[in-house]
Amino acid sequence: MSSWSLLVETYFRADLIARFAPEIAKAMLVTVHLAALVVVSGIVAGLALAVVRSFQVRAINYLIVIAVDALRAFPPLVLILLFYFGLPGLGVVMSAFQVLWLALGLVLAAFAEEIFWAGILSVRKGQWEAARSTSLSFGQTLAHIVLPQAVRLTVAPLTNRTIGVTKNTALGGVIGVPEILSVASTGQSITGNSTPLMLGALAYVLLFIPLVVASRWLETRFAWRRV
Amino acid sequence: MEALIHDFFNIEVFIRVFPLVLNGLGMTLLVCAAVVPLGLGGGLIIAFGMQSRRRILRIPIMLQVDFFRAVPPLVLLIFIYSGLPFIGIRLSPYAAVCVAFLLNTSAYYGEVYRAGLESVAAGQAEAARSTGLTKLQTTLFVVLPQAVRNVLPDLISNTIEVVKLTALASVVGLPEMLYSSDMGRAMTQNASPIVLAAAIYLLMLWPVVRLVSRLEHRLGH
Repeated sequence: MSSWSLLVETYFRADLIARFAPEIAKAMLVTVHLAALVVVSGIVAGLALAVVRSFQVRAINYLIVIAVDALRAFPPLVLILLFYFGLPGLGVVMSAFQVLWLALGLVLAAFAEEIFWAGILSVRKGQWEAARSTSLSFGQTLAHIVLPQAVRLTVAPLTNRTIGVTKNTALGGVIGVPEILSVASTGQSITGNSTPLMLGALAYVLLFIPLVVASRWLETRFAWRRV
Repeated sequence: MEALIHDFFNIEVFIRVFPLVLNGLGMTLLVCAAVVPLGLGGGLIIAFGMQSRRRILRIPIMLQVDFFRAVPPLVLLIFIYSGLPFIGIRLSPYAAVCVAFLLNTSAYYGEVYRAGLESVAAGQAEAARSTGLTKLQTTLFVVLPQAVRNVLPDLISNTIEVVKLTALASVVGLPEMLYSSDMGRAMTQNASPIVLAAAIYLLMLWPVVRLVSRLEHRLGH
């Protein structure tokens, strides 16, 4: 067999593509569903934490900083296994899907909080002072003056980080969530052929390349604005 | 409360699995010792490639970077470890981990370096060249040091990600820290070994996370 046909036979066998494409497509839905939940809950929680932090209550801020730091230091897979195997002992029963959502949501929330906080800090003090002097309340200043400017600066780093965290949905296979990687590598063991795994990899490329390209575009666009 | 201590902070279990987890830590460090320097070097090559004026060099490298940013590292690792043997390329878990993470992480390091190189004003290189430095000297002694300093927080932050990435090696059976602590969990039927591993990751990385956070906030102004 020529090396070309060996390659095709191993990674692109037509009958296996036909057989596994529907399963991978179904798994893509699971991945997208999970990713959407993680992104929305993670970013909302991160923004909420950054807003709480801006009220500068010392005790609360220490708690936030410690939690955020810890979540940035743990490998996500450690958190996933910890929740998956540990929580049932405390009487908290969650499905593997929920565990994955919780773990990745927390990780994204931590990174998002840091990014939003850096954004809030980067808004000049004069903006706060000017807004407050026109008799806007602290909350109004934050919501209408500071956050709109802060959020603009956070778009590029937040997109990058969000892509990074969402890619970790591939860890779901370790605890049995039927997402793309899990279905693809099961397919590989059943058939003794790498075509399903190749399909899985292509599915990820299909999902994430638009985001990666978008992040590149956002980066240049917002870098230009900052100057 | 008692259940919490028994299941997560069980001293007896800690003592029992400590040597095992420590062994795992050794392997984790061994992986980092290979992947971090290789990634830093590979990333630099990629960054210079992306800056090249020749399209034939620049475009494939950009495609490669985008590809590896789009594919989850675990997918890459599993593909290299269990997909490549089908065409006769068989790697040990250690080698597979190193190759997969090198590909993934050098793309990220490359992006960071690129941002750094772009942040150095063109006048710096022009001035250096006009004093008679060669192109190579200009890059090594004038542009690169400034570029690295400008993106230092991002370089360190990416290195944290690499250390965390090594936990994925457990999936292909490399006995690094998460693998050994998960073995401990199965052995003792208790989640404490994983808590122990988490604590060691925290101990190792927390100072670095703090440092990055301070550097970032300082540079933000």
